[in-house]
This record gives sequence, structure tokens and C-alpha cells, in this order.
Amino acid sequence: MDMQKPILELKNIKKEYYGNKVLKGVSLDIYPGEIHCLVGENGAGKSTLMNILFGMSVIHETGGFEGEFIIEGKPAVIKTPNDALENGIGMVHQEFMLIPGFTIAENIKLNREPLKNNALSRVFGKSMKSLDTEKMKSDAKESLMKLGMDIDEQTIVKGLPVGYMQFVEIAREIDKKGVKVLVFDEPTAVLTESEADKLLEAMKHLAAEGIGILFITHRLDEVMAVSKRITVIRDGNHIQTMNTCDTDVVKIAELMVGRKVEKIERKVNASSDEDIMEIKNLKVSMPGELVKGVSFSIKKGEILGIGGLAGQGKIGIANGIMGVYKARGEVTFEGKPIKLNDPQASMSAGLSFVSEDRRGVGLLLGMSIEENMVVPSIYNFKKYLKKFLIFTQKDTKAIRENALKYIDMLDIRCTGPTQPVMRLSGGNQQKVCIARALTLEPKIIFVSEPTRGIDIGAKKIVLETLIKLNEEYGMTVVITSSELAELRSVCDRIAIISEGKLSGILSAEASDSEFGLLMSGINKKGDE
Amino acid sequence: MEKNLTNNIKSFIVSNIVPILFLVISIIGIKYSGVALPVILMDVISRMDRNLFLVLSLLIPVLAGMGLNFGIVLGAMAGQIGLFVVTVLEIPGFIGLLVAIIIAIPVSILLGWLTALLLNRTKGQEMIAGMILGFFAMGIYQFIFLFFLGGVVKIDAPQGIMLSTGVGVRNTIDLVNVKYAFDNIFKVNVFIFIIVLGIIGIIYSGLKLAKNKDNAKKYRTNIILMLILIIIGIAGQTLPAFKMYKTLLQIPVFTFVLILLLCVFIKFLFKTKLGQNMRAVGHSMEIAEVSGINVDRTRTVATILSMVFAAIGQIIFLQNLGNISMYNAHENVAMFAAAALLIGGASISKATVTQAFIGTFLFHLLFNVSPMAGKNLFGDAAVGEYFRVFIAYGVIALTLALHAWKKVVAARQKVKEAELKEDQDNKEGATA
Amino acid sequence: MVKSYIEKIGLPRVIIIVFLLLLILAAFLQGQNMSMLTTDVLVRFGMNGILTLAMVPAILCGTGLNFGIAVGIIAGLVSGIWSIDLGLTGLTGIMFAICVSVPFSVVFGYLYGKLLNAVKGSEMVVGTYVGYSVVSLMCIGWLVLPFKSPTLVWPIAKAGLRNTITLDGYYEKIFNNFLSFQIGSVTIPTGLLLVFALACFIMFIFSRTKTGIAMKAVGDNNMYAVAAGINVNKMRMLGTIISTVLSAVGIIVYAQAFGFYQLYQAPLNMAFMPVAAVLLGGASTNKVKISHVVIGTLLFQALITIALPVANQIAPEGGLAEVSRLIVSNGIILYALTQSGGKK
Repeated sequence: MDMQKPILELKNIKKEYYGNKVLKGVSLDIYPGEIHCLVGENGAGKSTLMNILFGMSVIHETGGFEGEFIIEGKPAVIKTPNDALENGIGMVHQEFMLIPGFTIAENIKLNREPLKNNALSRVFGKSMKSLDTEKMKSDAKESLMKLGMDIDEQTIVKGLPVGYMQFVEIAREIDKKGVKVLVFDEPTAVLTESEADKLLEAMKHLAAEGIGILFITHRLDEVMAVSKRITVIRDGNHIQTMNTCDTDVVKIAELMVGRKVEKIERKVNASSDEDIMEIKNLKVSMPGELVKGVSFSIKKGEILGIGGLAGQGKIGIANGIMGVYKARGEVTFEGKPIKLNDPQASMSAGLSFVSEDRRGVGLLLGMSIEENMVVPSIYNFKKYLKKFLIFTQKDTKAIRENALKYIDMLDIRCTGPTQPVMRLSGGNQQKVCIARALTLEPKIIFVSEPTRGIDIGAKKIVLETLIKLNEEYGMTVVITSSELAELRSVCDRIAIISEGKLSGILSAEASDSEFGLLMSGINKKGDE
Repeated sequence: MEKNLTNNIKSFIVSNIVPILFLVISIIGIKYSGVALPVILMDVISRMDRNLFLVLSLLIPVLAGMGLNFGIVLGAMAGQIGLFVVTVLEIPGFIGLLVAIIIAIPVSILLGWLTALLLNRTKGQEMIAGMILGFFAMGIYQFIFLFFLGGVVKIDAPQGIMLSTGVGVRNTIDLVNVKYAFDNIFKVNVFIFIIVLGIIGIIYSGLKLAKNKDNAKKYRTNIILMLILIIIGIAGQTLPAFKMYKTLLQIPVFTFVLILLLCVFIKFLFKTKLGQNMRAVGHSMEIAEVSGINVDRTRTVATILSMVFAAIGQIIFLQNLGNISMYNAHENVAMFAAAALLIGGASISKATVTQAFIGTFLFHLLFNVSPMAGKNLFGDAAVGEYFRVFIAYGVIALTLALHAWKKVVAARQKVKEAELKEDQDNKEGATA
Repeated sequence: MVKSYIEKIGLPRVIIIVFLLLLILAAFLQGQNMSMLTTDVLVRFGMNGILTLAMVPAILCGTGLNFGIAVGIIAGLVSGIWSIDLGLTGLTGIMFAICVSVPFSVVFGYLYGKLLNAVKGSEMVVGTYVGYSVVSLMCIGWLVLPFKSPTLVWPIAKAGLRNTITLDGYYEKIFNNFLSFQIGSVTIPTGLLLVFALACFIMFIFSRTKTGIAMKAVGDNNMYAVAAGINVNKMRMLGTIISTVLSAVGIIVYAQAFGFYQLYQAPLNMAFMPVAAVLLGGASTNKVKISHVVIGTLLFQALITIALPVANQIAPEGGLAEVSRLIVSNGIILYALTQSGGKK
């Protein structure tokens, strides 16, 4: 095999969305038979790079990209997913793109079914051609065999173990004609340990057949186990490409996280040694953010950060404590246990929550700013109500005063308290969410992804407000965020969640490699 | 072995509970109606002849995940337009019906395309949208036939079509020219029909058996079943005890051949690329889309096919009935067809040709016997009449509710499974 | 400018308002009796108002347009029939009917609400067919219920209620005539309008209570409500019950103005008019105000009231008004469905 010529080369790729540079010159090359790992935090630019690789419309609708795209030595133009397919680039999705009611063979051949002519197809064209079921079966069988899977291809996918589904997904990709490069996007995330081992075996097997594999994973031990080379990207920059044999986990972790942190000055440290909340073995069934049993405690008056990569479960913690998603385990607050799965109980105890999903959970889009702020207070604490003999009425005056107070305090840019929140910008909507949480007058506030999708000015106000609440009112603040740098700039301590479990808690001043390793879940085993 | 058998019987009953239930109700109805079985069956056969094609026209959208296409009311209108034109032009007989179909097809394609535009904009609410669309279209249709024809556009129609004022079409139009034009082409008694069906079945299974060794068992059982069918046929044909059945139960061969052709087409369709796309879309629009299937286009084709078959189905229906009730004939087409399909054991997302046959048979059996049974049981035929209407609505309501409920339960189940799996993972992790 | 204005009001609404204006103009030019028409519009507005109002709690609590108000209508009809069977007349009669209809419809609404909570996402189509089923089941009920009054029962047969039951001599137009007065030759059905206004006012007060606000939150954003500790199923149940009660009371008020209780198949498609009216007033499948009910009912009823004589003059064969009602009411429902479905 000619190892000198890469199958795929990306040279100096740059991409910006509306003036926001997300890729600042990333290069990547993959040789036949090589497993190449791509490592980086959320927001490092991995998904943008993948979108470019697959010609997703989002790239070309926003002005395309800069840089060279070379396949087998020849410049290639890839503008649609179909182009990618024709150039032999395949992708194994993180979420299974399988139809549960179809057989394995039907799924492998989905929309690429081998066809036969019949009387009608001669008149009505391709769509009336018969399926060649025999060929479907034999092709599927062949792909499955390549992966070392011995299973009847006529089995219905529904009910198969997750590991098998993953293999069916891969079988579909390698069944595609002339696949040269296969991208695996976090394929092991949903698998059990033994299933993951099997998958890694299969990947090596495929590489041995001459396919180039681009492997995206956050599990650095897997990176070390299978890859030949590693590329680290961070904030859209190409940090380094190195041979796996020349490096180690600590080095990669450091490269992945390393970034200047601008610490926001804190006047006082309100943090005390007293625990305000204790969480024991918390499990939360939040789809895509499963929490699989975490235990830690929160100190009174601190700003605690909860960090980790996307999909690892960090988002689930606050949602579980606040009863938004189903949770199990024990949570005690100020010494008293909190009834889980009952948002009302959580709020009554003095907890309050700003959801990461602003539009989906945080806001009543059709209602006014002032109403958005008070609904939970009205319902749970019977505040902002006037009582009449047999019924209550909302206290318009009190509601207005409350709204004006927060509009002033958080600098909410609006036409007035009666403006529907639908018309506000993202940053101002976020401020309304925070105002709603504060209207409950909580002792502890959970804020998830406070700065996601809002502009720099609003970001600053939001973070400063959280610090101010902490400093001036002694409120305990728990911030969940995908942006580690942001957490390090405001928090006292940061808990890192990986694969649904607590990897460890670090001081904000801890080193890059320590954070990197925890995020990859490396420290986990030693910790337990 | 014995346990296995009871289990099999149990699971057969559970999975076919709806048709079994209706069979029981029908048998009770037959008993209390006091009408002779051959007379009832004669009526049921003629009603199946009328309705099966319409019921079958619902199958394709169900399999494409669009639920029951209540929009076939529009297809039925297209069929009526075709028949109206041949009646005005006084084209008689078989040719008349063919011309009606030829006219109805482009009309129903157009209406199907428009319906699909709407249904693609109301994904998830296709059934209510289709139903309201039916009412809306009825308004337009009435406007055309009551005021536009004769009012704006003068047409030269034979006697008995236009209202006496010359504006608008009469409520009922006699279809003397095309009445029974399909049905009366060729009729045989039911036993001969069964024998012929059996012979065709044996030849088909035999050929399959010779070609394909995989499903040998299935085809062998088929052949045995067909033999039994033939024996029944021969017995009926020869034994004097069945003489009454022999004379009363006449099968209109041509219409049934048309129905069988549609069945064959539907079976064939779901072995083609287009059919596979429809199934994929029916299972999951998202995954189909990601796999590069044009979801909207597939749904459009499914809707159009359904409309075209509904138009032909309505023409078959009306040639058997012998007259068009211009402003009512289409009104309940979708509702009755849907009820029949569901009684056969179909659901909103799954339906087979067999279910359509069984359902149509049971539905009309029930329809036939309930007034008389109601009269004998409650002293009032109206009770039975209202009962059958209730059954039609009730079975649809029940199936819709069950379907929606299952979706909700499935979503809950998913969360539970995830929890279970997580617990197991944890255990594994602990022991490892 | 004009375009943005049209967008704000919604194209179908603009078309219908223009259509209505043309109708009024045509009626005027044809020399129709305008004061009689105005009286008719007012009466029809009042008598249909509460039925339209029944859409409000359903939309607010997030179950969407209530195509199953037939469930409540049946409860109302049973109570009304009972009041007549007891021979109650005048205010006693109608108050008895209304009071009895409330517990009936609460029970019916509870069962219906249970069902709707089990079929989240398909409420509208399930509601339609549940309504149909209940109406057709009640057809048997009307035949076998043991009512005796000669006003109710067919004179010849031993059992079975008549198709239409006259309220003449019981409480026909009792609300219409209460405090009614004339402006020129236009009769104002004061009592009827007051009853409708009272119902709207109660609904308005309710929407500002703790429960009302919580219900609104459920309808606006289910997940927000969950996070705010609101029991979503309870609110949906409550909304369905209130909607059912309003439709029960609504049909009694409707009947006293109409002069008859209509049984058997009559309630079958009664849901479509209030649905169309509230949408015409500016509501959508998940957003509604009481003003939408008032505006919608007025516009819709004005449309069909004025269309009738105008159409009859244009096309004396009759039926044109009915046809335009079919097109307009279903057209507006279709438009609303595409608007709510398209955003997914």
C-alpha cells in the first residue's frame, strides 16, 4: 500500500459565521490504513470541520470556507452530502440513523437498495423498479462479515442491543461503494465497555483493509489505544498534529484545554466551609445528558462551576435537582432532604433555576416580560396575588413593580414590562430568565449555560450579576457551562462531569492538564 | 407442546382482538335478525363489491405514515365528476365507465397534489387536516354543481340532470346508462368463484415452490388451504343443501378482478423502490430525510395514489348503486372506509390487504344485520341503525385514542428502559 | 405598510372582513331589511357566544381547539330535556337546566379530560371522533331514555324522543326578552347579551386567578410549566372540564334563543362553528384572548346571517349561504392548522 500519499487532505481551512471566526487555519491529513484522532473541547471547531467535510448546507449558505480540500492528490469540490458520499467519505453518526421497524439488511441498504427492472418500471422509471431482495441480503451479509458480525441480516433492528445497532450503522457505511475515509463521531459514548472494545477492534480491522479513519472521541485512553496520529484543535486553531507514540495523555489534555483565563476580580470571597447542599448518588434521566450517579456537596456562599464536555451529563444535574427531568438519589439542602421530581418542593426549599434551554423551558414566549417573571412565584408562593372572598386575582401593581425593578437592575432592553418576550434579543431573554429565578428570592440559584448564544455585552452583565448576587446577598451560585474558561474566570471551585459521573472537583486555579484529564474521564477510576 | 399451542391461540386472539370481537357481535346480530344467512350474505357481497376498492385506497397513506386519509372525500368527488360528465354526454355502458375513470384520474391527481401540499404543511395533524379539507372541498364542490353549472356556465344536459330552473344539478342523478356496467359483465356463483380462486392459488404457490426453496413450508400450507377451498367450492356446487346459496350468491367477476388487481398492485408497490421509500418515511420521517429520501415528495405520491384509487373506487361504488346523490354520496366515504379498515384489525400505522378484506366483510355484515336485530331485540329498528353508526364512529375514535396512547406510553417506556440499562451498567461496572 | 398590516391581521381574516363588507353593501343595495338583519345578527351573536367561549379554556390549557364540545352539548341537552320532562317553565326551568347541566358536564368533562391526557398530541382528531361517537351513542339514548312528557315523546310510538323539542311555553327566548328594548326598529336582546357578557367576565376573572395564570402557562409552554412546578395534567383536565361545562351551558342558552332543543344527529357537527369563529377572531391553536371570542363570534355570525338573504336573492334556488358557510368556516380552520403545523 502506498503510504506516501494521503487519501484526504484539508489544508489551512478557515471558516467564519457572520464575522465570527470558528476555524482559523486547521489542517488535517489522513493516510490509507491510518486511524487519526481529532481531539478538542466543545466549540473547538470539530463539528464545523465535519460539516465542511460533508458539504453540509449550513456551510455553503453562510459563504463557504477558505482553504484546500484534496482527495487522493486531486482538489475536490464538496458542496453537498452527496458529493461527500461520491468522493468516498462516510460517517458513523453518534445518534443511530436506523429505522427500528426495518430489518438489518433494509437499514444497511436504506435508500441505496439494489433494484431490478420490471414491466412497470420500464414505463414509470426508476422509482417503480423492484427491490432486489436477494442482493440486499447478500450485500448486507458481506458488510456484516467484514465487521466480524455473525447475525441474521433479516432480524428487525428494534430490540437489538445498542452495540449491535452501532455495528449495523458502520456496516451501512462500509457497504457504500468505494468508501475511503470513515469518520467516527463519538461512537463509543453509548456503548458498554466490552462493546466499545469490540468496536475499537473493528476499527483497527477496517483500517487494516486500507480505509482511512478519522476518530473523534473525548476518551483519551481510547485515543492512545488505537490511533496512529493525533490532531488537537482549540478555539478554531490547529494546535498540533503528532504521532501517538511520541506523546502521552497528560500532554494531550494540556493541549486541549490550555488557554489564557482572565479572572474576573472578586471583591470578597463569600464562600464558607459550611455545606449548604449535599448531593448523594444523583441519577437523572435527561435524554442526551444522563447523570449516572454523582455525589458532591456545595458550600454555602460559593460560586460552584459544573463543567465537562457536551452530552456527558453536566446539564442533567441542575435539571434533576429542580425536578424538570426524572431524578433519583438523595439531595439535602440546609440539612433537610429535598423531595425529588417535585419542582414545587425544590422551589419552596429556596432553590431556583435558570434553564439552559431558554426558549424551550425558560420562557413563555407568547407572554409579557412581567408575566414571565412572576408565574412560578404566583403558583408556588401565592405571591403577587390579591385575595378576594372565594377567588384570587393577580396583583397588577406588584407585578409591574417587580418587573421594573429587574428591568433596571439587569438592564433589560425592552419597550416596557408588557412587551412579549418573543420580541427580545437572546441576551435580554436570558436576563428575563434570571429575573424570574430571582423573583423567587432563592437561597441558591442554579444557572445553566448562562452565556450561550448571547452577545458579549450581555454576557458581561449576566456574569457580573451572578457575582454581585453572590457578593452582596451571599447567595450560593451554581453555574453549569460548556465553556471552561468562563467557569474558571468566575467560579471558586469547578466540578467536572464525564460520562454521567463526577470526574473530580478542582479549584479554578488548577492546571490545564488537570482539567483536560478530568474532562476525558481519565482520573475517574483513580478517584473512586 | 400443548402449552405452546395454547400460547399460540392466546397470542392469535390478542393480536386479532378487534376483528374477533366484531365477528362475535355480528354472529349475535345474525341470530337475532331472523334473516336467512344466504340473504344476508348476498347483500354483504354486493356491499363488498361496492366498497372494497375504496377501503383499499386508504392503505397506501397508512403505510406512508400519514394515518387514515380522510381526504379521500376529494377522490370520491373526482370520481363523481367523471360519472357526471359521462351522464351528461350520455356515454353508455362499459365504455361510459372507462371514460369516467379516464376523466377522474387527472382530476384526482390534481386534487391529490393539492391535498399533499396541505398535509405536508400539517405534519402530525394530517388526519384532522384531511377531515376539515373534506368539508372545505364539499363547499367548493357544492358551489360548482349548485351554482356554477347552469348559473355561470350553461351546459346542455339531458333531462333529469339539471334542476328545473336550469341552474344547478339535481340532488339525485340516475345512472341508467352505466348502472352495473362493471358488475354485470360476467357473474358466476360463489362456489365456482371459490374453485377458480383455489386453482389460481395452487398454480401460483406451485410456481413459487418450484422457484424458491426458502419458504417451502409456507407455500405447502398455502396449497393445502387452497385444496380445502376447492373442496368447499365443489361441495357447495354439488350438494343440494347449498342450492339457495348457489342461486343468491352471484359474484360480479369483473369488479372483483379489479379489486384483486389493486391488491396485487399494492403488494407489488411495497416491493419497489417507491414503496420502500414510503415505508421508510412511514417509520421515521427524520431518518428517511437524513438518508436522502425526499420525504415530502414521497408523501405526495402516496396521497395522489390514494386519491386516484378513491376516485376509481367511488365510480365502482356508484355503478353498483345506480344513482349519484350528488351532494351526499361522498360525504361519509372516508369515514366508512376507515371504520371498515380498522374493524379488520388495522391500526393508524399498519394495515394489510387481508385486514381490508376482513374488515369490509365484518363491517357490512354488521351494517346489514343491526337494524333487524335492533328491531327484534329492542322493538325499534332505529336502535340498530344508530348502533351501527355508533360502531363506525366509535371504532375510529377508539383506534385513534389507542394509537395516540401507545405513542405516549412508548415514550415513557423509553425513559424507563434507559434507567434500567443504566442500573445494569452500574452493576456491571461494580462487579468488574 | 399595507402588507405588514395584512400580515398582522392574517390574510384569511382580511379576506373575510372584505367579504363581509361586500355582503353588507350588497344587502343594502338589494334593499334588505337592515334593521331586521341587525337584530338577527345580535341574537345569533349572543346565542352562539358561550359555545365559542368554550374554546378558550381548551386552547389556554394546551389541548388545542376543542372539536369535542359535543360531549358538553350532550350534557346540556340531557339537562334541558329533564327540565321539560319535569314541566318546569320560565326562569325556574332554564335555571334548573343550567344548574343540572353543570354536574353532568363536570363528570363528562372529567372522563373526556382523562382521555385527552392520554392522547397528547392528537387531541383534535381524537376529540372530533369522540364527539361523533358520543352523539351517535346518545341517538340510542334518546330512543330509550324513560322521559314521559308529551312535549318530548313521539305521539304515536311508545318510546323515543322527538327530533326537535319546542321550548314554546317553557322558556323560549327567556333571556332574549329580558329587558329587551328597541332602537328604531332594531331589537336589542339585552338579557341574552348580558348572559354572554357575564360568561365572558367570569372567564376573564378566572384567567387572572392563580389557577388561570398557571393554565395559561401550560398552554404557552409545557416545559416552562413543568419547571415552574405546575401540574400540567391537572391544568389540562381543568381546562377540559371548564370547556365542557361552558358548552353544556352554551347549548341551553342557544336553545332558548333558537326555540328548540335539537336531538339525534343535530349536535354532530356543531363544534366546527365555534372553532371557526374563535379562529376568525384572531386565536390560534395555542393562543387565545376573550376579545377573540367576541370579535370572532360577531364576525362569523354577521357573515352567515347576512349571507342568507343576500345569497337567496342572487340565487333563489337556496343553499348558497350554506355553501359559503362551509367554505369560510372550514377554510379558516385549515389555515389555522397549516400555521401551527408549519413551524415545526
